[in-house]
Amino acid sequence: MNDKYRALRNGLAVLGVLTLAVGAYMGLSWAPAEREMGEVYRIIYVHVPAMWMALLAVTLNLVCCISYLFKASWGKDALAEASAEVAVLFGGFGLVLGSIWAKPTWGVWWDWDPRLTSMSVMLVAYLGYLAMRKFVEDPEKRAVWSAVVGIIAYVDIPIVWFSVKWWRTLHQVQSTPKTVDADMTLALRVNAFAFLFLMAFFVWNRYRIARAQRAAEVALPEALPTSAGHTSTGPVPGVLS
Amino acid sequence: MRRRGLLSTAWVLLRKDLLLEWRTRARLNALLVFALSTLLLFSFAVGPDTRLLERNAGGYLWLALLFASVLSLGESFRVEAENECLDGLRLAPADPRALFLAKAAGNTLLLVGLGTVLFPIMVALYSAKLAMGMGDFLLVLTLGCMSLSAPGTVYSAIANHARARDVLLPLLLFPLVVPALLAATKATSLVLQGDPMNQLGSWLGLLAGFNLMYWGLGFLLFPRVVED
Repeated sequence: MNDKYRALRNGLAVLGVLTLAVGAYMGLSWAPAEREMGEVYRIIYVHVPAMWMALLAVTLNLVCCISYLFKASWGKDALAEASAEVAVLFGGFGLVLGSIWAKPTWGVWWDWDPRLTSMSVMLVAYLGYLAMRKFVEDPEKRAVWSAVVGIIAYVDIPIVWFSVKWWRTLHQVQSTPKTVDADMTLALRVNAFAFLFLMAFFVWNRYRIARAQRAAEVALPEALPTSAGHTSTGPVPGVLS
Repeated sequence: MRRRGLLSTAWVLLRKDLLLEWRTRARLNALLVFALSTLLLFSFAVGPDTRLLERNAGGYLWLALLFASVLSLGESFRVEAENECLDGLRLAPADPRALFLAKAAGNTLLLVGLGTVLFPIMVALYSAKLAMGMGDFLLVLTLGCMSLSAPGTVYSAIANHARARDVLLPLLLFPLVVPALLAATKATSLVLQGDPMNQLGSWLGLLAGFNLMYWGLGFLLFPRVVED
């Protein structure tokens, strides 16, 4: 595998860690304490970006899934796999952080509030998606089926959210940049960018691993997925486009 | 030979499945015994608190149906896997979308039948009362079973060709049907215990919306699942 983007990838990681350091300083000491929650609220500087990145990654997964069904390529399949795995990573991280925040604030580790519940259901759904990928050996079938499962799982997220919202609700009303201190917004944005750089770094690396795995699985170019049933459309595995 | 239309193909396929089912009745009997023991197990897990059982009766009924649906859905493509029946159907040529409609409708029918049989048993076991009409209950039951069957049919077709298919189907299906299960349980509880706040309509609406979305998605995506 040629690797002309290695410097760019590593640059992303360095940029992510540096931004994270700045963000940590801003979140932990520079931003003012919250009026009612005091210092406890500061966990949002990592909790909220983690959840945003999880949602961003599943959206990337959806885009890959839909576009794979229209025009098959190993790259899209690999990117779908990478984004789902990173989404589960960030989502799990965010849920644990939310739980740590909930204990001193709400007095409980867990509450069946809409956002918490739909995020956990989403997490389980994508864990199922990843498990399915492991259970199917034929790479071509796996790609098509996981594209179908990915679309179905994504469509479910808003319905879960809506249904649990009707069922019961406790989560605080979502804040907007207008309702919070400008310094808090800035600190949150810096952290969000740090997470974005790190997520891009993770997805990119995971994508490369997935591409290499596909290339190993499909050693013959003739075995590439075909969109119309005749012509081979995917790029040759092992050659990064 | 004239080519059959979509719905007519689906009808033929559904009749084939029902006939197969009727001739052995193996699946229906197994489902019934399984769901019955599930209902019994809930009362053992909760303890002999009659009021608690009565209040949760709707939820237990739907959990029993959900667990039974995994058996029923898994079986619905296993019969096609024998002797490469699925390939035969595709070569017939039967439109895969008709196959989806037939399988999903067949599973819905089976589950509705199961729910209808379970209902009097649930009433007896949990001393539940029916505050609203039987028609309301059947409506909730049908919508709920439809919402388990449509995504379940797609996933069962996938899981049937995967390794560890018995593990995979519930793994994919359970998180997905959370909204449907929630709405069906709430609606059933309202039908059983009365609906003073007039909430039944909204839950039925949610169920109908879920159905619309997943029958539509299944109809569109199923051909890609069974293609070769």
